[in-house]
Amino acid sequence: MATHAATAEGHATGAGHDEHHKLSFIRTYIFSTDHKMIAKQFLLASLLFLLIGGILAGLVRWQLGFPGQPIPFIGSMFSDTTAPGGIILPEFYNSLVTMHATFMIFFAIMPLLVGVWGNFLIPLQIGAPDMAFPRLNTASFWISVPAGILMLASFFVEGGAAGAGWTSYAPLSANPEYSGVHMGQVLWLVSLIILGFSSLTGAVNYITTIINMRAPGMTWFRMPLPTWSLFVTSWLLLLAIPILTGGLIMLLFDQTIGTGFFNPATDGEPLLWQHIFWYFGHPEVYILILPAMGLVSEVISNRARKPIFGYHAMVLAIISIAFLGWVVWGHHMFQSGMNPLLGTSFMISTIIIAVPSAIKVFNWLGTLWKGDIHFDVPMLHALAFVAMFIIGGLSGIFMASAPVDIPIHDTYFIVAHIHYVLFGGSLFGIFAGITFWFPKMFGRMMSPKLGKIHFWVTIFAYNAVFFPMHNLGLRNHMRRIYDPNSYEYLQPLQGLNTFISIAAFILIAGQMIFAFSFFYSMFFGEKAEQNPWKSNTLEWTAAGHPPGHGNFPGGTPHVYRGPYEYSSPESNEDFLPQGVPPEPVRRGAVPREPGFLPTGD
Amino acid sequence: MENWSWMLDESASSVGPQIDRLYYIILVITGIVFVATEVTLLYFLFKYRHREGHKAEYIHGNTKAEIIWTAIPALIVLAIALMSRGLWAEIKDPANVPADAMRVMLEAKQFEWNLTYPGPDGELRTGDDFTVRNRLDIPLDRPTVLEMTSVDVIHSFFVPDFRLKQDIVPGMAMQMWFQPTRAGVFPIGCAELCGIGHTRMRGTLTVHSPADYQAWVNEQVQGAASAAEPAAPAPATQAQ
Ligand SMILES: [Cu+2]
Ligand SMILES: [Cu+2]
Repeated sequence: MATHAATAEGHATGAGHDEHHKLSFIRTYIFSTDHKMIAKQFLLASLLFLLIGGILAGLVRWQLGFPGQPIPFIGSMFSDTTAPGGIILPEFYNSLVTMHATFMIFFAIMPLLVGVWGNFLIPLQIGAPDMAFPRLNTASFWISVPAGILMLASFFVEGGAAGAGWTSYAPLSANPEYSGVHMGQVLWLVSLIILGFSSLTGAVNYITTIINMRAPGMTWFRMPLPTWSLFVTSWLLLLAIPILTGGLIMLLFDQTIGTGFFNPATDGEPLLWQHIFWYFGHPEVYILILPAMGLVSEVISNRARKPIFGYHAMVLAIISIAFLGWVVWGHHMFQSGMNPLLGTSFMISTIIIAVPSAIKVFNWLGTLWKGDIHFDVPMLHALAFVAMFIIGGLSGIFMASAPVDIPIHDTYFIVAHIHYVLFGGSLFGIFAGITFWFPKMFGRMMSPKLGKIHFWVTIFAYNAVFFPMHNLGLRNHMRRIYDPNSYEYLQPLQGLNTFISIAAFILIAGQMIFAFSFFYSMFFGEKAEQNPWKSNTLEWTAAGHPPGHGNFPGGTPHVYRGPYEYSSPESNEDFLPQGVPPEPVRRGAVPREPGFLPTGD
Repeated sequence: MENWSWMLDESASSVGPQIDRLYYIILVITGIVFVATEVTLLYFLFKYRHREGHKAEYIHGNTKAEIIWTAIPALIVLAIALMSRGLWAEIKDPANVPADAMRVMLEAKQFEWNLTYPGPDGELRTGDDFTVRNRLDIPLDRPTVLEMTSVDVIHSFFVPDFRLKQDIVPGMAMQMWFQPTRAGVFPIGCAELCGIGHTRMRGTLTVHSPADYQAWVNEQVQGAASAAEPAAPAPATQAQ
């Protein structure tokens, strides 16, 4: 098969492109316009925020597992306004809960899915030389940097970081009299407003690139599913982010210049904030899961060596989830005081969204059926995604039913659900993606041994942390409370809380294995072959790891078939890349570069 | 071990058994789907694991199977939605608020619940009303309607044993009704993050037999009368 060009040759081809040499260090590594470098910048920055978010979670778990006890080892590092003597104060606890979610959602998971894979995969998978607007792309990353710095800085201003929850419900978030936080909340708002522009510029770029720059033969229904899901996600971003930004600006005005959009004393409406926030917030949930579904579909089809089951249904499910996602936001507000009639319609639309989600799960199972399953590290993470997403999806049905939501709303049942979707789903999807495309990004394989240890530690510790949270919720353990023991009926749950905390520390420590393996493999990993996973999609036939400037030095690839032609009878091997011409064409002119049509240049 | 249970504690209000029934229906349905899908997944992983010289089957899908596994979940979730809809209306429809209910005013503020009761005349907003902090005391034989307001931020009035939770939004007058089904003392919590003292914004709900309730009211009224002489503030019975 033509796609097995040796690595060295690949590098030579990539580096041989002379434009590549002229760029200075700054243009190559810092203000790069190359989508692959920008993807790596997003990757490193968001892994750093993932670590920060994890540490904040560790502090939250310390307080819940060992309430009122000084934080070990690092306790003395905290100021008197956060954790004097290492004992976490309630106001600091509120900041920790708020900032854990803020960093994880906006600065870790979102860029890890959209910033990283939107940049890295879209041009490579559709056979484009770069993004439609490379400089806008540079801007999209660099806009996010000050946003991250401001968010981090908010820990060190007077009053501490924002503490009104990541949902920042007004009036608590609108008036420092109520929360004791002013500057921290202002920085939170300004940071997210700035970050919104980063997401918007990214979304515009991804959409334009996919519509305009697909290689010849790359029809809509030959697009790999990661690209499809990123395309749909970009539309969600494009439509949802401006709504959030509008709301953030209103809240910022309430907080700083005395407007009263959300202040009942001036005829403002606190529920307006919730409508704005969740009108963005529910599509946001899909922004955080759809790209992971795309990555996982790719890995499962590849490692099962079998076409994805029901490709069209998968695409339609992505699109219908995205559409329905706009009419369900009120399910976050069943107990908010919103008109109960509205609750009814939101309940029905929400529960219908279970259908496309179920279709996706069945199609993944269908892909595994009669497959030839290889349990490499990316596959383990992809399978964990499916197994955990089933739990997160099913637990969602409980709160989709408005009456059942009454007792479990704002309890740990919700915390369990969101983590089964965002960690069990999104983060396992991200791990699947990183371990799968690492060779394409860095030219080396990640250590399979370390990868497997990391996977097994993570999956066990993860379930030990989050599964019992369902039970905490059913015992009516509220979320976001600093000291559950202040309620007599929650005191018997202390043992379970301590168990969860210890599992959480193991989970966080286990991620250090990944961090080590990531950086070690980047420099000392085994050199990767051209197409180590014997994949069909175009990124693996682009020469070089990563491909040089322009991506496809042999000329724009031509696409002859869908992305998941694994184990096709047309080929002697168990894969048939998208760029390999069918037999009759091959007998004619043999393409100069394997997998590409000769071009006229 | 009982902390790991998926069962609910026995409820103490009229809507409790219905909510619990719906919960158990969903628990059984999702439980079956959970076991079926996860076992299928593990079975496929074992059965179709890679073996040397073995090739996957070249299958792109199966329209019939896809129609079936779209239709069945759709029917199940619609059934759940319909069941939920009826119960939701029963709980929330303003038309269902019982006319003969006892009315109590609840004012939430950081970080306390202030409850104002009708005095011996049984009418709110008259001179004999009395206010108690963090204690809701009600008779067993009548439904209660809470007229709820918040003076600062959003709080959420949560009585786990009653399967009762309602956010209280400042600037909005809200109502919630319930009918206790057994006497006892039940915890009240705040379920919406409301600031630094959120964790200690709790109270107790006591359901009295009708006679005990009258005695309690009399006690409060007398307490108010005797306290009024030395010009002390309204009696605030601190819970716990
Ligand atoms: Cu939602
Ligand atoms: Cu409160």
